[in-house]
Amino acid sequence: MDILIPILSLGSLGLLFGIGLALASKKFCVVTDPRLEKIYEELPGANCGACGMPGCMGFAEGLIQGTCAVERCVVSEEEARQGIAEILGVEAKTKVKQVAILHCHGGSKRAKDKFVYEGIKDCIAANLVMGAPKACVYGCIGYGTCVRACPFGAITMNEEDLPIVYEDKCTACGKCVAVCPKGLFSLAPVKKTFAVRCKSLDLGKQVMEVCSVGCIACRKCEKACPTGAIKVIDNLAVIDYNICDNRGECLKVCPTKTILKKADVNTDSHGFNTDSHG
Amino acid sequence: MDVSKFMAIMISMVFVNNFIFSKFLGLCSFIGVSKETKPAVSMGFAVTFVTTMSSIITWLIYRYLLIPFNLTYLRTISFILVIATFVQFVEMVVRKTSPALYRAFGIYLPLITVNCAVLGVAVLNSEMFFKNGKILPASFLMSLFQGFFAGIGYLLAMLLMSGIRERMELAETGHNSLRGVPLAFIIASLMSLAFMGFNGFRF
Repeated sequence: MDILIPILSLGSLGLLFGIGLALASKKFCVVTDPRLEKIYEELPGANCGACGMPGCMGFAEGLIQGTCAVERCVVSEEEARQGIAEILGVEAKTKVKQVAILHCHGGSKRAKDKFVYEGIKDCIAANLVMGAPKACVYGCIGYGTCVRACPFGAITMNEEDLPIVYEDKCTACGKCVAVCPKGLFSLAPVKKTFAVRCKSLDLGKQVMEVCSVGCIACRKCEKACPTGAIKVIDNLAVIDYNICDNRGECLKVCPTKTILKKADVNTDSHGFNTDSHG
Repeated sequence: MDVSKFMAIMISMVFVNNFIFSKFLGLCSFIGVSKETKPAVSMGFAVTFVTTMSSIITWLIYRYLLIPFNLTYLRTISFILVIATFVQFVEMVVRKTSPALYRAFGIYLPLITVNCAVLGVAVLNSEMFFKNGKILPASFLMSLFQGFFAGIGYLLAMLLMSGIRERMELAETGHNSLRGVPLAFIIASLMSLAFMGFNGFRF
C-alpha cells in the first residue's frame, strides 16, 4: 500500500499541471497570422539579414505588418517574390538582379606595398595599422574578409589576392559591401557590362606612383561616352548605371585599363567567364 | 535573521561555488549562447529569473508536499515537473502580455526549461536548508537568495566568457581547427582554474 501515496501524489500533481497548462494555453493563446508560415516557406531561409530584419521570420513578420516591402529580400527568386506578393495580396515590383563588383584591380601584381605587414591576416585588423600595407590607401588589402563574410560562398580570392565574385551565386545581399573596411564593393545590375575598377580619389600623378591600373582622372572616358553616363567626380570615374547602355566607348579609350568588362573579373562557379553564357 | 548568513550565500554562489566554474552545471547554454555579449546577458537574466522563481516553488513543494508525505526520494522528478510547468507557463504569459519582453528573453526560456543549473539550485536548496526533514530557520528567504545569486553567478560567467570570445574572433589562434568552440573549451577550463582560487574561503 506504501506505493499508492507516491503514485497518487505525483500523478495528481502531473494531472493538475497538465490541466493547468492546457487551460493556460487556451487563455493565453497568441493568434498567429496563417500567412506567416506560408510566407516563411517561400523565403530562402538563409537568414542573411540583407533586408535589415532579424532573419527570414522577422522579415515575414515585417511583411505582414506592412513595415517592409517584398523587394527588400534580394536573395529570393523572382517567382518566390511573386508568390509572397500573392499571399499578401499586393503587387510585387520586379527587381533588377544585381551582383557585387569590386572597385579595385591592384592586387599583389599591380599595386605596390608600403611596408611588410605580419599581423593578423584579416582586412579589418590590417586596416587599423596605418590603413593597411598597400601603398594606395584606397586599394584592396587582399586578406579575404569579404570571402569569410559572404554567406553564399560567392567570393574567392584569386592568385593576385583579389576577390572574385561568382555571379551565379551572388545574391546581392550586400554583406561584402558592409564588411569591406575600404568600402570597395558596390552592387551593380548584372546586365551592365562595364565597371570602373578603382576607388582612388588621389590625383593622377599620386595614383601612378602606387598602382599601374588606377584611375588617373584623365577624363577621356567622360569625353568618349555618348550618353554621358560616366563622369569623373573627385578624381575618379564613376558610371551611372541608370544611364549606361553598355556601349563600351569608355573601355576603348581608358589608358590605364581601369575600366574593365565585369565578365573579365567576375566569373560563375564553373570557372567560365559569364560572357560565354551570353 | 542573520545578515552575515545572507552575505555568505551571496559570495558563495557568485564566486566560490559559481555554478559554471566550480560546479560545472549549465555548461551547454554557457558554451552555446556565449558567442556575443548581448544574447549572453539576456540569457543570464533569463536564467536568474528562472532560478529565483524555481527556488520559491520547489521550496513550497518540498516543504508542503514531499516532507509531510515522506516522499523526499521523489525530489528530482517532482522538481523537474514543477520547474518545467512553471517555465512553460511563464513563456505563455510573457508571449501574450508583452511581445517586446518575449523577443528580448522569451526565446531563451525554452532553452532553460529544466537546465541542469536550475535543477541544481533547487536540489542544493533542499539539501542545505532541510536537515534530515527538519526545516532550518529562514530557509525560505535563504532559498530565494541562493536561487537569485546562483543566477547572478551564471550571468557573471556568461558576461566574462562572451567578452573574451568576442575578442577571440579577431585574434590569431594558431590553427583554424581551434577556432570557435574548441577555443571556448580551453578558455572555460582556464577560467575555471582561476575561480578555484576562491576555494579557500569558508563560511
